[in-house]
Amino acid sequence: MILQQLSEAYGPSGDEGPVRELIAEEVRPHVEVLKVDSMGNLIAAKGLASSRPPVMVCAHMDEVALMVSWIEENGLLRFKKVGGIDDRILLSRAVKVGRKGVHGVIGAKPIHLQRPAERKSVVQSTDMFIDIGATDRSEAEKVVEPGDYALFDTRFEVTGDGMLKGKALDDRVGCAILCEVLKGDYSFPLYAVFTVQEELGLRGATVAAYSISPALGLVLEGTTCADIPGTEEPRWATRLGGGPALSVMDRASIANKDMLRRLREVAEREKIPYQFRRTTASGNDAGPVSLTREGVPTATVSVPCRYIHSAASMASRSDFENTVNLVSAFLADLSQRGY
Amino acid sequence: MNVEEFLRAATEASGVSGHEASVAHIYEEALRGYVDDLRRDSLGNCIAFKAGDGKPPRPRIMFAAHMDEIGLMVTKIEERGFLRFTTVGGIDPRTLVGAEVTVHGRERLRGIIGTRPPHLIPEEERTRAYKLEDLFIDVGIDGDRAEQLVSVGDVVTLNRPLLKLCSDRLAGKALDDRAGVAALVGAMEHLRRIRHEADIFAVATVQEEVGLRGAVVSSYGLEPDLGVAVDVGFGDMPGLGEHETIKLGKGPAIVRGGTVHPRLYERLVETAKQHGVKWQREVEPAGSGTDAWAIQVSRSGVPTAVLSIPLRFMHTSVETLSTSDVRETSRLLALFAAGVDAEFVRGFEYDLTTAQ
Repeated sequence: MILQQLSEAYGPSGDEGPVRELIAEEVRPHVEVLKVDSMGNLIAAKGLASSRPPVMVCAHMDEVALMVSWIEENGLLRFKKVGGIDDRILLSRAVKVGRKGVHGVIGAKPIHLQRPAERKSVVQSTDMFIDIGATDRSEAEKVVEPGDYALFDTRFEVTGDGMLKGKALDDRVGCAILCEVLKGDYSFPLYAVFTVQEELGLRGATVAAYSISPALGLVLEGTTCADIPGTEEPRWATRLGGGPALSVMDRASIANKDMLRRLREVAEREKIPYQFRRTTASGNDAGPVSLTREGVPTATVSVPCRYIHSAASMASRSDFENTVNLVSAFLADLSQRGY
Repeated sequence: MNVEEFLRAATEASGVSGHEASVAHIYEEALRGYVDDLRRDSLGNCIAFKAGDGKPPRPRIMFAAHMDEIGLMVTKIEERGFLRFTTVGGIDPRTLVGAEVTVHGRERLRGIIGTRPPHLIPEEERTRAYKLEDLFIDVGIDGDRAEQLVSVGDVVTLNRPLLKLCSDRLAGKALDDRAGVAALVGAMEHLRRIRHEADIFAVATVQEEVGLRGAVVSSYGLEPDLGVAVDVGFGDMPGLGEHETIKLGKGPAIVRGGTVHPRLYERLVETAKQHGVKWQREVEPAGSGTDAWAIQVSRSGVPTAVLSIPLRFMHTSVETLSTSDVRETSRLLALFAAGVDAEFVRGFEYDLTTAQ
């Protein structure tokens, strides 16, 4: 399963190379053009014989991470966050530092030596450190340097009843779906863009959409899902197992109404379950894509993922497959009925 | 024994207090062939025996290191299959947020201790530390299946493959006190090559984290003349002072304080100095909360000592140690035991009735 490799691959925002290489190998047999732009976006295209205007489908390669900012004299690493991470999920996690994957851990003070007041307070990431086992700075400097990224050390697993667990499901699920969609043939120029630096401000998509200048944009995401104890149903945003989530509006864009209607029509016709993403929080690549040049009708289809932006997220295999089905059926519909 | 390989097997095995059998098996396999007898008592303590070559009655020395680890226990199965839990042993809930775990139900179920994504957390909540009652385990199955596969009272372990760090350091779960168990195995290996008068009982104990219980019954059963508990001590880290920690890579800490008989402390220090074993001091004036406490007050009292292996981030899933400290602990234990003779043991009790 390509998703397993994608989830376990190294690809923090700003250094997506290994994920890009993995995807390039995967899609090369199925596309006519495969290129990398100056920011690192991977652009795969097919159906270029058609004179119809291009359709851009994108998913972001990058994942949230940490970056080593300083090496202490005692060999411990201070770090900064790359992308939105809740400090509270960092204690007692294992990480891999740099492309070589040097093992490290984010330690915590033993419970025995904590004062009662400490137990009630949040440890700030600025007070944490990564321990790679180095006994001093010079030993640490042999294997890491400031600017190296640290990623969660998490194995991908199929678990529970048809659940997928791994790091970076936001948005390696989107990447995996896009790889799958590229196996199909379409009667229009399809530009599949695997974008960089989404987590840092939707940057890769901004330049890729400008150069492609698509007639339509479709964003594939792994999105927030809070259908968990302690959160009331109206605040779940999405529900695991409820099918692909269609965005209506978030902080970066409002989905194009015609595309949204058409996605629903296709889902209903093909009997694919779907849901709406019931929050306006956060934003994705649909923002810059929709604002490209004189504007591009754009929509987002997402796989709900619990616990995104933490070490281990969880998605439903059926949601994943239904999203592949919906996106494929939607593109087939564009092939047949135009846009 | 290769310390890293032993610790990989031993820490990746599950052994929450009261459920130590798979760790016991690893301990026994590591010692088979090195000792004269191996047995388990009714609580699950593993007792390895190696006879000394002194004239009977030989001194009896008990080594103790506990097999059990901190963990979690299921307290409630929620409607949609989410599990609520409590802790077994002392765990800071703040280190559990986002952790991966294994629920030991009718099947082993992998789970995540989940939270809401940062996107959906209001600013004011971010400064609020998670409490145990906020947390739940998601095993990715629905409520009906969860009712079939999981029962209230099932134990849960933290998932953490042993990680090889730089230098000779390792990180993982349950190094408290599998590191001590490893030190016992290493000591028994040394004692194949070192003459010793005393009979040695190396006991891998159960239920230390919940009240030193394995040591209570095993020390009663063995009636040792001397006891040495091998456990872990707080390793140095930012946020803790030098006065309350011991240093990784500087050898075992020989503990001083209420649980430790002064003569045993002195003998351990002399032994370390004489043989060039790295060592450091740790002070536990009120007595260390280890198996030593139970051994010390067994029957009519047993002179007892404590060796601490330095361990960072104790009671988390990323406990970190230096393997050299485990090896030095083994050496010190073996050399100490080899130095014990009948005369040394005799001196602890004496009669003053007719003193001149």
